[in-house]
Amino acid sequence: MTTLTDPPQGSFKVSMLLNDTRYRSYTFQFIALILLIAAFAYLGSNLAYNLAEAGLNISYGFLGEPAGYDINQRLIEYTSQSSHWDATIVGVLNTLLVAFLACVTATILGVIAGVLRLSNNWLISKLMSIYVEAFRNVPVLIWIIIIFTVITAVLPGARAYLGEDPDVDLTLGMFAFTNRGIYIPAPVLGSGGMAVVVILLASIMAMFAYRSYAKKLLFNTGRLLPMAWPSVAILILPAVIAFYVLGQPITLDTPDPLANRFNLRGGIQIGAPLIALWFALAIYTGAFIAENVRAGIQAVSKGQTEAAASLGLRPNRVMNLVVLPQALRVIIPPLISQYLNITKNSSLAIAVGYADITATLGGITLNQTGRAIESVLLLMLFYLVISLSISTVMNLYNRAVSLKER
Amino acid sequence: MAMHTDHKRSDELPDVRVDNQEEVKMKKTVFLGALTIAGLAAGAAAAGTLDDVKARGTLNCGVTTGLVGFAAPDSNGEWNGFDVSVCRAVAAAALGDPTAVEFVPTTGKTRFTALASGEIDMLARNTTWTFSRDVDLKFEFVGINYYDGQGFMVPRDLGVSSAKELDGATVCIQTGTTTELNLADFFRANNISYEPVPIETNAEAQQQYLAGACDVYTTDASGLAATRATFENPGDHVLLPEIISKEPLGPLVRHGDNEWADIVRWTLNALITAEELGVTSTNIAELAAGTNNPEINRLLGTEGTLGEMLGLDAEWSKRAIMSGGNYGEIFAKHIGESTPIGLARGLNAQWTDGGLLYSPPFR
Repeated sequence: MTTLTDPPQGSFKVSMLLNDTRYRSYTFQFIALILLIAAFAYLGSNLAYNLAEAGLNISYGFLGEPAGYDINQRLIEYTSQSSHWDATIVGVLNTLLVAFLACVTATILGVIAGVLRLSNNWLISKLMSIYVEAFRNVPVLIWIIIIFTVITAVLPGARAYLGEDPDVDLTLGMFAFTNRGIYIPAPVLGSGGMAVVVILLASIMAMFAYRSYAKKLLFNTGRLLPMAWPSVAILILPAVIAFYVLGQPITLDTPDPLANRFNLRGGIQIGAPLIALWFALAIYTGAFIAENVRAGIQAVSKGQTEAAASLGLRPNRVMNLVVLPQALRVIIPPLISQYLNITKNSSLAIAVGYADITATLGGITLNQTGRAIESVLLLMLFYLVISLSISTVMNLYNRAVSLKER
Repeated sequence: MAMHTDHKRSDELPDVRVDNQEEVKMKKTVFLGALTIAGLAAGAAAAGTLDDVKARGTLNCGVTTGLVGFAAPDSNGEWNGFDVSVCRAVAAAALGDPTAVEFVPTTGKTRFTALASGEIDMLARNTTWTFSRDVDLKFEFVGINYYDGQGFMVPRDLGVSSAKELDGATVCIQTGTTTELNLADFFRANNISYEPVPIETNAEAQQQYLAGACDVYTTDASGLAATRATFENPGDHVLLPEIISKEPLGPLVRHGDNEWADIVRWTLNALITAEELGVTSTNIAELAAGTNNPEINRLLGTEGTLGEMLGLDAEWSKRAIMSGGNYGEIFAKHIGESTPIGLARGLNAQWTDGGLLYSPPFR
């Protein structure tokens, strides 16, 4: 625009917009921009026109109305009388939950498989190749359905655990594996229970502080402090002592087979849809991450490994201290996009009835209110915000570990 | 904004003058496709559905993805069932050929978008007539072809005899339906809890229910009966006595094309009236020659100009009735007591027999 109205030379002629290479690209970009804006304006006005023609309007008022439906998996308080907005938030939290679990699991799986694929052991490296090729070349939806079907078909029904004389006893008296999900005991905090949790958190921080101190000491003075047993001691001892000193304030709420004739009651239920989605996303994306890790490791020059070995480092130390830190710089950028893939693929939850945001806002709410455009726009906005947030955090981390050129 | 800028600029840019108004009109058809994402663009072009159907030569009819007795393809791939018969009757009335129907399977979630976007001309898919669907979603329910209510099915060995004993049960439910909301209301009103398992299609629900992933399956009682009929051991499952809602099921069309709505509405009424007047697929040829009952004559087009008023020919209703028989014949053939589904007429009997079926008169 400025170039058109405010040319650098006084002798500007209109024909130069096409003939002069300095301006030609601006001219075409300007035309393209106008056409683009016109196209979007047309789409928008067409939408508004057709909505008006059908007697409809764009309104987000429905978000405040009672949703009227129940959700089986929820992290916050929700009843059928809660609003559509609450249902949306339940969905967002469920999306974040499964995305977080799957990202962590996929990373662990991916790093292990990626490192092992480079193993000198023929069997191990071939097994890992099979894992990578089998899992990343089958659509993730298929994996979700396969795992879900296996859970439903193989595990016993909930009723097998019920009654005075059940067909199946609780594993260790506290775990139940049914085709509706896994039941685990839930910790119940009594008075003073919070103190134990705080002490445990403090010990975790203390452990990391000790490890970084030991590392610093090693780098500065060459003195090697013992690592393993002090870490474990710092982590566990204070919390265990506090637990007993305060009179065992934390108890376990184990699943109760007698409370209800249909289902186990009590404890934490991890529903079959969540498990299926979580594992399917983890093993599927884990296969991609394994390839990223392998590529990252192979990108580190062989000379580094040889130099480290000639200094007398053992193979696992070569990997941990020399190769992986350098490989991380190559691994992290593609890892970000894998995390984004997990988050977006979690919308396949709908296949197994997991109540993620696509199922609540983009599914039931959309259907019951008929507000398709509003719901889908809001849905897009949520995914955009979640993805951009993940991307930002990971980019900050990438900047922290990337090669600092001075 | 953009267009204004361009007009102002256009005298400065003689070589690239673009009249955007023209441009926009030209691109209209291109963009129309993109706009159906919202499923609403074609809603504006709703008027003239009959012309569209005639030009196309087939009726696009939305049905379920498969519910035996109501709409399911048989072993030859031919769609059959109670709802399918309504589609065929409309096709016979409007196009003269009951087989000129393109069946579009829809789920509870996709059905309304399919209808609103113009992908289908009518929906005959166990759809409950509710205020908000009629008014807020801008559809036109043309009548009721099945008076239903929501029921529960449980395995017999659970020993449950009433829905009020279902406290804590896991319930399979088709998502995007009125049953989902009724279920929440029923459990809340009785102050008992449940775990919903949202399911997309009837087939999926059946699989989950039989695998024991849910204790209870709830949907319209007719749907439960139809589903149970396909089980290996139907006797192992019981329908609980409670009917927790009114579910008037009927065909529907888009709001705003009253001529097309009239055709579908009166085709359904013709099937119902035919049963009331004793017109069946076997005696229709004989009756169409003329009778001394003026109501039958008007129905079959030998008297009056009812077909012309609809924009069809005089024999429209004769063809509709011949396509699958009258309402009673269709009911008996697909879901009646002699079929595996075994539904009694109950509320769906003619008003003269104590039921609710009551067609407005043909005059």
